[in-house]
Amino acid sequence: MDIIIDILSDLHPEVDFEKCNSLIDDKILDSFDIVSLVADLTDEFDIAIPVEEIIPKNFNSAAAINEMVKRLEDE
Amino acid sequence: MQKNILEYLENSVTLYPDKVAYTDEITKLNFKDVYMRARSIASFISTDLYKEPIVVFMGKSPETITAFYGVVYSGNYYVPIDEEMPHHRIELIFESLKPKAVICNKEKADVLKDFSYNGKVILYEDIINEPIDDEKLNDIRRKQIDIDPIYIVFTSGSTGTPKGVVACHRSVIDYIEALSDVLDINEKTVFGNQTPLYVDACLKELIPTLKYAATTYLIPKELFMFPLQLVDYLNKNKINTICWVVSALTMISSFGTLEKEIPKYLELIAFGSEVFPIKQFNLWRNALPNAKFINLYGPTEATGMSTYYKVDREFELDEMIPIGKAFNNTEILLLNDENKLAELGEEGEICIRGTSLTLGYYNDFVRTNEVFVQNPLNDKFPELIYKTGDIGRYNEYGDLMFVSRKDNQIKHMGHRIELGEIESAANMVPGIKTAACVFNDKKKKIVLYYVGECTLVDVSLFLKTKLPRFMIPNKIKCLENMPLTSNGKIDRVQLKQQLL
Repeated sequence: MDIIIDILSDLHPEVDFEKCNSLIDDKILDSFDIVSLVADLTDEFDIAIPVEEIIPKNFNSAAAINEMVKRLEDE
Repeated sequence: MQKNILEYLENSVTLYPDKVAYTDEITKLNFKDVYMRARSIASFISTDLYKEPIVVFMGKSPETITAFYGVVYSGNYYVPIDEEMPHHRIELIFESLKPKAVICNKEKADVLKDFSYNGKVILYEDIINEPIDDEKLNDIRRKQIDIDPIYIVFTSGSTGTPKGVVACHRSVIDYIEALSDVLDINEKTVFGNQTPLYVDACLKELIPTLKYAATTYLIPKELFMFPLQLVDYLNKNKINTICWVVSALTMISSFGTLEKEIPKYLELIAFGSEVFPIKQFNLWRNALPNAKFINLYGPTEATGMSTYYKVDREFELDEMIPIGKAFNNTEILLLNDENKLAELGEEGEICIRGTSLTLGYYNDFVRTNEVFVQNPLNDKFPELIYKTGDIGRYNEYGDLMFVSRKDNQIKHMGHRIELGEIESAANMVPGIKTAACVFNDKKKKIVLYYVGECTLVDVSLFLKTKLPRFMIPNKIKCLENMPLTSNGKIDRVQLKQQLL
């Protein structure tokens, strides 16, 4: 989880990613962020993120991203 | 002889009054709606304004487009601004224009109160049913000529002040005629627009839609984060033509979307503004072997696009897709350091000659005269060319290749950005002693380095009030000392090496 917070904070240092659960709904993340985030997650956790997973609900909070990563790591 | 872009609309509204012109899926406006609304808006505005810049502040919707045409019908010229632009930038635009009126919808009228602007505010909702004064609008048309301005769009300026490029009917008509031929637009064309309405890139869809009675879907920006939803949208609306920035296309291909779902109605994919990595390009071409792929290149100062390349062969992974050949009625001059035409293979600055040249920068003769200059190959009569600042060369097939920039301008997510403008904003952050910005070409990230007594959070928050979203550095790093060259300038080469 810490790694995910670090990656996110790198993109937007001023956002409290521990608390925020509307990263997509409130337009905090944009298209560039998603591309960059998916690349970093792929490298960091050595996972492949299939395009079906790139949907709003998986990116709305650090916890949601974490859940997705955990699920993909188990596969 | 056509002298006004609205003649396209007047022709289409006679032939296809009930056909949808512009839609965002929520609102559908047919050609009759567009025509009537634009003329109502014009009838209202023209009571007291003529040949003035009028700001349109309404967001991305079909209604916004009718406001643009309404301003043009009134004999004024529109200046699109958007909430995506930061507060400071909008203030600079107001300062440079000193507009006498702003057209906005109810929602944006509240936002407008936060600005120092205190001129007339015209509510869109209040004027779309204004009685149409045909006599007055006809009179305005009679007085207008084709070098009267249509719009001003603002681009990044290296000193921190954005430049307002002024385009006229003549340049837009010339551009749209040449572009439509290359893209083979007709009444069956269904555009899927990606670019925002406050940049000139959206002319590629908006004006050919008028000319050919085609249809444009304004795709919501949010969809460009979620590739499968985006492809669904294209298929659901049977979109067959897209002119997108490369990063929007690679967003789809790099996530493996095309293996799952193909935007099967696409017949034409035009792209530009950035280099298309061949690996990604091949994914597209393999998924849509019958579609046409066209690379477009051109600066805002020459209205839109100036050259094109229809992809007609395979490319190696380390090759670059050419920017090709000049549009009809445009000439590219590749000038070397001695202001002579570059030989085959020799590098030179890409300079543009033609009717598609815009009128220059608004309220800024100094910066206009730096780049709109007398053609150095002609010393017999006045003839302007536009110097793009882009370096190019011709390859062995005689196609023009983009090589690099002369200065610190970059292309990022399809936007043209002066790194100097980011630096000048960063240097305004309280506590920052010095700041320098470099672009990581490989990872496509803007990286800002600074020295000073402030936190990353301070810097990030401050920049978000001064710069558009796409100009915010993707990474910010604090340094103890800024590396300097032997003559005391910031050593950007060393900063770039630190990226690796």
